Amino acid sequence: MSVPNNAPEVAGLAPELAGAKEGQGSKPLASASERFTSYDVEAFEVPGGREENWRFTPMRRLRGLHDGSAAFDGKITYAVTPVDGVTVETVSRDDSRIGEGGVPADRVAAAAWSAFTEATVVTLDGTPAPVTVSVTGPGAGATAVGHLQLRTTPFAEATVVVEQRGSGALADNLEVVLADSSRLTVVVTEEWADDAVHVGAQHFAVGRDAVLRATSVSLGGDLVRITPTVKYRGPGGDAELAGLGFADAGQHLEQRLLVDHAVPHCTSNVIYKNALQGVDGMPDARTVWIGDVLIRAAAEGTSTFELNRNLVLTQHARADSVPNLEIETGEIAGAGHASATGRFDDEQLFYLQSRGIPEDVARRLVVRGFFGEILTRVTVPELRERLEAAIEAELAVTGS
Amino acid sequence: MSTLEITGLHVSVAAEGGAKEILKGVDLTVRSGETHAIMGPNGSGKSTLAYAIAGHPKYEITAGSVTLDGQDILAMTVDERARAGLFLAMQYPVEVPGVSMANFLRSAATAVRGEAPKLRTWVKEVKGAMNDLDIDPDFAERSVNEGFSGGEKKRHEVLQLSLLQPKFAVLDETDSGLDVDALRVVSEGVNRYRAGGDVGVLLITHYTRILQHIRPDVVHVFAGGKVVSTGGAELADELERNGYARFTSAGAETPAGV
Ligand SMILES: Nc1ncnc2c1ncn2[C@@H]1O[C@H](COP(=O)(O)OP(=O)(O)O)[C@@H](O)[C@H]1O
Ligand SMILES: [Mg+2]
Repeated sequence: MSVPNNAPEVAGLAPELAGAKEGQGSKPLASASERFTSYDVEAFEVPGGREENWRFTPMRRLRGLHDGSAAFDGKITYAVTPVDGVTVETVSRDDSRIGEGGVPADRVAAAAWSAFTEATVVTLDGTPAPVTVSVTGPGAGATAVGHLQLRTTPFAEATVVVEQRGSGALADNLEVVLADSSRLTVVVTEEWADDAVHVGAQHFAVGRDAVLRATSVSLGGDLVRITPTVKYRGPGGDAELAGLGFADAGQHLEQRLLVDHAVPHCTSNVIYKNALQGVDGMPDARTVWIGDVLIRAAAEGTSTFELNRNLVLTQHARADSVPNLEIETGEIAGAGHASATGRFDDEQLFYLQSRGIPEDVARRLVVRGFFGEILTRVTVPELRERLEAAIEAELAVTGS
Repeated sequence: MSTLEITGLHVSVAAEGGAKEILKGVDLTVRSGETHAIMGPNGSGKSTLAYAIAGHPKYEITAGSVTLDGQDILAMTVDERARAGLFLAMQYPVEVPGVSMANFLRSAATAVRGEAPKLRTWVKEVKGAMNDLDIDPDFAERSVNEGFSGGEKKRHEVLQLSLLQPKFAVLDETDSGLDVDALRVVSEGVNRYRAGGDVGVLLITHYTRILQHIRPDVVHVFAGGKVVSTGGAELADELERNGYARFTSAGAETPAGV
């Protein structure tokens, strides 16, 4: 790729990277504030896997989503339950609303953006009943791009469930645009078949005094890499991103978040939990969680907290967790982060069993307890029950 | 009327340089209605005995048997032993983050009783049991043992004892780390358990202090991985005056570190 020689030099880099130009994808940008973004896939260099934002991703399993070799000739379908107060449109890529949510920050998101021909736009007005958007992959062996936008009108209060299932390899962008003073609860599930690869960018744009409650649930797929970015469009925005993941043997679940506070008096709260369960003789169960929170100079009165917890249930599992807080103003209300990876160990199992609790019940108790505070955020009862059952089914897989 | 019978029990743990034998032939019979104190110096193998009975995976039984009313306990999984009526109050109760005490207690009661207790009576039962042990009701919503003080952990062990009503309870240094008031509360809890049913207690302790609150019928002195002397409550009084020196020097081996 070509980075123009007059591109601005990137500030705040580690000494060995001094002089790197913005957009020089092969050099890791040390600061989230300097993250390069573009709608154009060609503006990004093909990542090799050593770049900061790709270093945890198994590139060979990406099915070419990142390097131009994916044909993107499959189709992702979006089915939306009809609900009063909810408008569903299929629009062309030059619809003026497209792009309001944000701009791709990596090559796969940009590839999806460059390739999509039509987008599904779901507009939520008033106080509609919960809406379900069912997303289905292109099928085994196929590759596809997708584009979905969820948007609220001012003062709307809505709940949207985005359920993602099926096979194949997908690159997509999800835009979530909250109008001023609206409140949106959104649950996004990754319930893919075992073969599926999903690389998804999520762009949250939070209006003035708007409230976002997002919950991500990653269960299925061979490789799932989600990059949510939160931006605030006016003061008083309040965003909570919760997530849970259950990684089986051989599964790679990656979440890379950026909460970009560039506006005063906004709040963010991030809480992600992963459980990992490997199997002897199989590739590791893998989770990656990167949580970047950036508080820019203008973002006075920001309050933010982020937390990641990983529960390693077995051998042959690896969880990476990198919280990162960058603060450019002294005038914040509060900021903190915490990260911990713990093992469900034999002593805990012995203790529970010594009270009569059978081993499988003991494991369920621990995992249910661990995910409890995330699942309580799923306020649609049938969905919560279904997800609880899906998690218990995951636990039963090794029979351990 | 039940009987817990330990015969010729030899137990090893995996250690650097191979298995290390810790219990070297323990013989002990406890019948319901009886309280046996096991007293011995640190490192003599008291906790090993407790864990071996409960089925901790670290301890390997190399010889001997443990039976409950003739049933082979050693052939059972840890949870089966508990459901058969054994309970171990641990010297170091384990923290289980993410699982609330309330959820844990209910799961344990469901397992041991064979059916989920009726919600309304259960809530009352737990509240009453917590109250008896001076446990703040807020603990029900905290994770199992997580961040509990030593004394709080011991109270919760006795809380479980009172709710699960096992046939036999092994109490491993339930008295250690308790102040005078907590010792009284915990002892009263054990005495209520004793009075509440036809049950047997194996009270492991390092100090005679708790025996003033919980009178034993039989006292065993434990040293070097076995019982070296057995007597009545008066044996505890002798230990109080003279310590373990007579037994550790008379024993076949002096336990390491004592
Ligand atoms: N898991 C273990 N690995 C190695 N040594 C152990 C282990 N558990 C106990 N021991 C040793 O066995 C001996 C008895 O320990 P323990 O049963 O805890 O004694 P007590 O409870 O009487 O203080 C001690 O020397 C101790 O160091
Ligand atoms: Mg001990």
